Amino acid sequence: MSPDTRRTFLLDGREIPFREGQTVFDAAMAAGVYIPHLCHNPDFEPHSSCRLCTVIVNGRPFASCTQPAVAGQDVKSDTAELNEMRRSLTQMLLVEGNHYCPSCEKSGGCRLQATAYALGLQDNHFPQFFPLRDVDASHPDIILDRDRCILCGLCVRISRTVDRKNVFAMTGRGIDTTIVVDSPTGLLADSRVSREDEAVQHCPVGALMMKGEAFTVPIGERPYDRAPINEDSVAQFQAREARLHG
Amino acid sequence: MLRDDSPPDMERVRQILETHERDPGELLQILIQVQHAYHFIPAEAAELVADHVRVTRAHVRGLVGFYSFLSDTYLGEYVVYVSDNITDRMQGSEGLATYLCNRLGAKLGVTRADGLASVHFTSCTGMCDQGPAALVNGLPLTRLTRLRMDDVAKLIQARTPVAEWPAEFFRVEDNFRRSDVMFRRPTEPGAALRAAMRRGGDETLKEIQYEEAVDPSSGHAWRRGADETLKELYRSDLRGRGGAGFKAAIKWETCRDISAPERYVVCNADEGEPGTFKDRVLLRSYTDMVFEGMTLCGYVVGAARGILYIRQEYWYLKAHLEQVLARRRDDGLLGRNVLGTGFAFDIDIHWGAGAYICGMESALIESIEGRRGKPRKRWPLPVVAGLNRRPTVVNNVETFAAASMIALKGGAWFAGHGTTHSAGTKLFCVSGDCERPGIYEYPFGVSVREVLRDCGGLNAQAVQISGPSGVTISQLEFDRNLAFEDLSTVGTFMVFGPTRDMFDVVRNFTHFFRHESCGLCTPCRVGTSLLANLVDKVAAGKGSPMDVEEVRKISQLLKTTAHCGLGQTAPNHLIDSLLKFRGDWDKRMMVTDFAPAFDLDAALQEARQLTDRDDAAAHL
Repeated sequence: MSPDTRRTFLLDGREIPFREGQTVFDAAMAAGVYIPHLCHNPDFEPHSSCRLCTVIVNGRPFASCTQPAVAGQDVKSDTAELNEMRRSLTQMLLVEGNHYCPSCEKSGGCRLQATAYALGLQDNHFPQFFPLRDVDASHPDIILDRDRCILCGLCVRISRTVDRKNVFAMTGRGIDTTIVVDSPTGLLADSRVSREDEAVQHCPVGALMMKGEAFTVPIGERPYDRAPINEDSVAQFQAREARLHG
Repeated sequence: MLRDDSPPDMERVRQILETHERDPGELLQILIQVQHAYHFIPAEAAELVADHVRVTRAHVRGLVGFYSFLSDTYLGEYVVYVSDNITDRMQGSEGLATYLCNRLGAKLGVTRADGLASVHFTSCTGMCDQGPAALVNGLPLTRLTRLRMDDVAKLIQARTPVAEWPAEFFRVEDNFRRSDVMFRRPTEPGAALRAAMRRGGDETLKEIQYEEAVDPSSGHAWRRGADETLKELYRSDLRGRGGAGFKAAIKWETCRDISAPERYVVCNADEGEPGTFKDRVLLRSYTDMVFEGMTLCGYVVGAARGILYIRQEYWYLKAHLEQVLARRRDDGLLGRNVLGTGFAFDIDIHWGAGAYICGMESALIESIEGRRGKPRKRWPLPVVAGLNRRPTVVNNVETFAAASMIALKGGAWFAGHGTTHSAGTKLFCVSGDCERPGIYEYPFGVSVREVLRDCGGLNAQAVQISGPSGVTISQLEFDRNLAFEDLSTVGTFMVFGPTRDMFDVVRNFTHFFRHESCGLCTPCRVGTSLLANLVDKVAAGKGSPMDVEEVRKISQLLKTTAHCGLGQTAPNHLIDSLLKFRGDWDKRMMVTDFAPAFDLDAALQEARQLTDRDDAAAHL
């Protein structure tokens, strides 16, 4: 692909080509440049809530997952200052919930853990909130462990737009925001969720997991054991691009 | 309503539902009525409501958990919300809340066991010029004192209906202390609208074929009138009065020029910025000017529907607002045939339910649509795809009032007041330590000192401009000017006298933002809590220089990465305070570099309880 001068922007000094309608995030990932992210899954509409993908566009900060690429704009992403902020945001997510990586079934497949490694996190830095959150193990196939939820909203969005079931919603406000389940009892077992639902397949952390499958892939052979999330995300994104636009 | 263990009678809910369309957009309005009828949202009611508007139970639960004035637990026959703004606190609200709790034998925030009453704090109720204030069953109590609280407690104990309480308790003054060219007196209803239409020629006001007239290529006088009015708005250089200062004419023109089957006009009367109360006065005493400005906007952009989104703290204005709308319909200023021209425009009222975030325009639109007031993605802007994803003008109450004056007197007249970049006059809401709190109208560019002189607050050590999200200025800056080019403001002007501890101000503001963060984005959701905890740590005498550095670092993170204006501005007051009032922090600080937030002795409490020990060896 030869970069057309009218259809490129600068990302950390490098020329990035883009298609009409692409976001800064999409164009960067397609060009092989990783931008850290947690609430965004390229297969679904962006949400811009985790803010890890914040970049500086022409001097002003924007979430790259919702920021349209514009020819000639100057974007900064891999800077010491932004990476420090991304570490802080990741630390905030870690202290806000109850995350115990060593005993978590999702370890090695968890995007929060992998992103923390990719950003070089040494500790949680902030004081833990230790919130009291409900675990819902009522369903025969699916477990909802709110301790691990990072409120990315993917299950809410996917259940609404893809499964068309509206199984999940958010309630509360601010630091007290939590996921709720639509059922007479508020429990998963009494809801319309099923193991085939897309909404339960894409949780970036171990909040929504299938029962009985936790250790089918042994530790050490999991996605982010094999390749760090920055490499894995870019590879997956490029494969997806080739499939959809190749 | 008394509560026992039997499930509440759902008849009232069914009656409420009969008056609402089966439209998810009605959800919040229905829930507000249910809350008023039952003083909570019973689970049975939530289910009926969900079925009626065809949303899930979880969706309803989402709203009940989001809005402060909705509750899933019973709040009692009498629900008292004490205003928790810093100005109310300076007037003794905290002590009064405790006093009322004691008189009622209730614990703050907990409904009395017999279901009689509950007392809570709430964010600023917009009565800062006549506080300390509270709401009882939704109606404002002003100028509270211990004596008044004695009476309130007696009336509650005697179960006297609020409608029978002395009217004096609920008296709300305008306190309009200074008027300039804009608000000398309310304009004649309809005058601005007629003036606008006549700009197209005298034939405008004759009956028209609406379809033909709205076609821009028709060259119709009616259309010309709208276009000329927009030109006047451009000439006026009117900028939005909600704080951001976006040019109104650009917004209106953008809305008009986007091809869409319908458009909307929304008036933002959420007025949640603590210390702000001008909309309260405009909607009470300049009501027609506001509705007329909205109607003008409908005329210019080609909208048929306007919505006034108003905070529930102003519920006491409901009858008045509905009466003015009815009169305007009777007078042909609203309805299917405005001024006999065939132009159709009407306004309805949507109530908020206690959420500061809903003052942010995309969150406000989400709220009108019956959802949690969560800001939308940054793009597209509401003017492109707002209410029901249609082009929508959202303007502040004061902006619409100004637009009606511009239609009447012309853009040049308006631009002749104020400064180069801030045309016209502005309403300032003066409260705090001054002799004459209230509403002051000045041309833009007035200095802080002049306002202080006029309100009797010259001995102030600080003024908070534009509310907690704004700027804290010290005595050194009193010659600065109130205008977009210097101190940009929604109009809030809170005065702090020489003996005030500015750290108390910081703490109140920090807690406010923690309470009001919507929870959508990581930095605001977690950051506002971390900041409140750090400030509390300093307040407890355990602060260290490292905590101050931490406050600075988190503040910067919020400014750079928060999704919307709430999170981006939430740390402004902290940054200002550390720069200008560091002394009030330092006197609380431990001298060491670092002190842990973790209290080891307190952590042993659970172990002491389990082992039934409380001897010296069981303590550190």
